[in-house]
Amino acid sequence: MGMTMTQKILAAHAGLGSVKAGQLIEAKLDLVMGNDITAPVAIREFEKLGCDVFDKKKVALVPDHFTPNKDIKSAENSAVLRRFAKEHEIENYFELGEAGIEHCLLPEKGLVLPGDAVIGADSHTCTYGALGAFSTGVGSTDMACAMAEGSLWFKVPGAIKFVLTGKPGKWIGGKDVMLHIIGLITVDGALYESMEFTGSGVASLPMDDRFSMANMAIEAGAKNAIFPVDELTIEYVKDRAKRPWTAFEADPDAQYRKEITIDLSKIKPTVSFPHLPDNTRTVDEIGFEPIDQVVIGSCTNGRITDLRAAAAIMRGKKVAKGVRVIVLPGTPDIYLQAAQEGLIEDFVKAGAVFSVPTCGPCLGGHMGVLAKGERALSTTNRNFVGRMGHPESEVFLCGPAVAAASAIAGRITAPEGWGEVEAL
Amino acid sequence: MSGIAYKYGDNVDTDVIIPARHLSTQDPKELASHCMEDIDKDFPKKVKPGDVIAAGKNFGCGSSREHAPIAILASGVSCVIASSFARIFYRNSINIGLPIMECQEASEKIKAGDEIEADFSTGKIKNLTTGETYQAEPFPQSILELIEAGGLVNRTKKRGAIIR
Repeated sequence: MGMTMTQKILAAHAGLGSVKAGQLIEAKLDLVMGNDITAPVAIREFEKLGCDVFDKKKVALVPDHFTPNKDIKSAENSAVLRRFAKEHEIENYFELGEAGIEHCLLPEKGLVLPGDAVIGADSHTCTYGALGAFSTGVGSTDMACAMAEGSLWFKVPGAIKFVLTGKPGKWIGGKDVMLHIIGLITVDGALYESMEFTGSGVASLPMDDRFSMANMAIEAGAKNAIFPVDELTIEYVKDRAKRPWTAFEADPDAQYRKEITIDLSKIKPTVSFPHLPDNTRTVDEIGFEPIDQVVIGSCTNGRITDLRAAAAIMRGKKVAKGVRVIVLPGTPDIYLQAAQEGLIEDFVKAGAVFSVPTCGPCLGGHMGVLAKGERALSTTNRNFVGRMGHPESEVFLCGPAVAAASAIAGRITAPEGWGEVEAL
Repeated sequence: MSGIAYKYGDNVDTDVIIPARHLSTQDPKELASHCMEDIDKDFPKKVKPGDVIAAGKNFGCGSSREHAPIAILASGVSCVIASSFARIFYRNSINIGLPIMECQEASEKIKAGDEIEADFSTGKIKNLTTGETYQAEPFPQSILELIEAGGLVNRTKKRGAIIR
């Protein structure tokens, strides 16, 4: 029986000729990652094992959630990572100044490559599926044992196949596509499964859009998302990779629980209403929805093409009175690129603030926490109760174009001309 | 051991189990003191050792924070019963030794305040208030071994030989 792309990567990492859905396997890992929230718990558990890390090159520690540290406790958590990295000579420990949002940073540094098997103690580790890698989020104890053994147990997932066709219209990005899909299949629609993207439409999605899409697979309950390795992937990794990598392909007779075709040309600007990511509406179904704060950034949409889209819409305009706008680049390199391209100037002149790279407000940590009754429109990934602050605040999720247009309008809207077919 | 059921709906996410504003600590007792507070502010005060959480589908969805099952376990909750669990929460619970049981019937029939006796080893859930008995889905053999070893860290210790 044929295997899906994910199954083939898992089989290769388990040293097995083939695997099937539901099988429990032990797979070797190419990278084990943790952050300043999850790694302190992992380090505590790891130290109970009394051993060294399996490979100093294959552990990554990225303090990104409550950094630059927001209070004494978070500073102490970062200090745990710093001490551990020194003690165990962890090569990929990223200090402030080098650190960015983990899921923007690791692909940028060439630490995740096509065909890899990666775990991270962060649910959005599924982001790296954009590169044709198997990557999934786990908890701290899994991270601890993976740091010791270099391998972890997995239940081989079945898959849903998403056949993408067509090309997205103007101002429509990967985020709109993914919110549409989550709205379609719901927040547990891919529970324990892989979301395997394929079809002619993949070629029209830049890497940053693929990262956005794979990033939110967890919001449909999925174990991972995965994209085929094509010219754009190769272009992305060729100057970043410092080791060989493998492009896997699904077998032609691979089994899928379901096949869903998505015509990208029909996707409209999409917004998730409180308090679940599957509570989606397209922009033409949205009435007057005023907002207090707009957040543009995060592991979902903090990459350069996201910032370019937002800046292009805000350039020469002013943020609506009463709206606060926070822009957060994903990494120092993205920050620098935004500076060189004049995007920071666009944002600041429009009345937005431009932050350092941090997860910050996405999880109600710092740099833009919401008060009771406030409503935020955000390019982040979750709109659960209390996610960005007070339990009685509200979060609406969208892509960077909708966020920028809404910042100017003061209410949820899409940029003019959305959906138009762009000239080649 | 029996306890009182706390009943919640579908898609109880880890942000409500333990809000991110409390993630600067790893102390189980401190985490327990904020468990579920955003959807049930009295939970940390009312919950007693042996009580159970009964919920709908996709329990524990969202973030990978292990602080969520740690907070529930430290609250004294003896078992979480749901019709399905989000996968990272499922792994984390097994890894740290929080008993979880997947049972559609129990998830539907248990009401808030029912007295529940759950036997994790057999999967039998007794509703002492209504007299009903429900049977949870059995765990696969290798997961059972993980549970019997006392969680992932203990199993890794017992395995001794580090796989390279």
